[in-house]
Amino acid sequence: MARITAGVFTSHVPAIGAALDLGKAGDAYWQPVFEGYEPSKAWLREHMPDVIFLVYNDHATAFSLDFVPTFAIGCAEQFKPADEGWGARPVPVVQGHPLLATHIAQSVIQDDFDLTVVNKMDVDHGLTVPMSLMFGQPDAWPCPVIPLAVNVVLYPPPSGRRCYQLGKAIRKAVESYDEDLSVHIWGTGGMSHQLHGPRAGLINKEWDTAFLDRLIDDPDGLSQVPHVEYMREAGAEGIELVMWLVARGATSGVPTRVVHRFYHVPASNTAVGHLVLENTK
Amino acid sequence: MSIDKPYTDMPGTTVFDTDQMRKGYWLNQFCVSLMKAENRERFKANERAYLDEWKMSEEQKQAVLDRDLNRCVELGGNIYFLARIGATDGKSFQYMAASMSGMTQDEYAKMMREGGRSPEGNRSTNEKKPRG
Repeated sequence: MARITAGVFTSHVPAIGAALDLGKAGDAYWQPVFEGYEPSKAWLREHMPDVIFLVYNDHATAFSLDFVPTFAIGCAEQFKPADEGWGARPVPVVQGHPLLATHIAQSVIQDDFDLTVVNKMDVDHGLTVPMSLMFGQPDAWPCPVIPLAVNVVLYPPPSGRRCYQLGKAIRKAVESYDEDLSVHIWGTGGMSHQLHGPRAGLINKEWDTAFLDRLIDDPDGLSQVPHVEYMREAGAEGIELVMWLVARGATSGVPTRVVHRFYHVPASNTAVGHLVLENTK
Repeated sequence: MSIDKPYTDMPGTTVFDTDQMRKGYWLNQFCVSLMKAENRERFKANERAYLDEWKMSEEQKQAVLDRDLNRCVELGGNIYFLARIGATDGKSFQYMAASMSGMTQDEYAKMMREGGRSPEGNRSTNEKKPRG
């Protein structure tokens, strides 16, 4: 059967993608960010999954205000990197996994999570920046990806609790798939940041650090934190962090070990957080 | 009964909720149109004429012409959408964030390198400002 073997958590700051694409990764400003991912990249080379289930949010790219799905699962054969107004990122086309994606969609919807099914979608920096951070700049991505786009642009997004429970349903769905596949689940976005208004630039290292601690040791308790605390403490756009709870839900209930943990301020407007949890069972 | 909005006391922050979305629908959809290069060119050639093609309020159009992003947010704009205006102008996200907080980009970037804007005194308008 298929199994969730690891959870990868990371910010997806667009400026990180731009730094890599423009050859600035070695600059003094960016070097500590990329160096912080080196241990995870080395681990990943030894633990390459067959499929990545990647939880991210679309930033008014594939979804305008015409449609705002709360959870949208990408079931297409491939997903093109989107032009977000600065031109598309020069990264490979993302290959999907329609068989596993549709299996998960069917299983999870029958388990009371009403996902929107998407068969055509471009993917923005929310998905491609984590790929770049973990894989660098290959000619083709090393494995297929199932995107799950979560609405965190229009308030209210799904609650942390809902995200956490969805993660558990995703794990159950993966484990009911017959083929023997190693699946990673990635939760992306955050950490603290605010991009709009006079409070722009808010960073809360203490809160972020506690979030990482609780994500590891007390995910159930963490999942009950209300939206307003995220926005008040970690900036209005810091609410992206609810998406990490989808990935944590999918890695809960089994023994895990911390492979790597990293935190850095700033990447442009944002605090960068990163964690890799490996299933040890 | 009205819906509880426990997030309206955060200083310098406008949560893009369904009320804001309703106000800002056309402003944000105008921003979406700027993701196409041909639309960016048409907008740059005659901003006023391009804006008049959209069912935006006069206040919204003026806020875009003034590049007053805080006013755009107040009138229902969402930052991820408004970022398309910045992209059209060749400005970075950091430039836009700095402009909204009344700082130059250099001042803002320095604040970020030094750890960002502190949450102290910024959680709620009811919160006491720290001393010193």
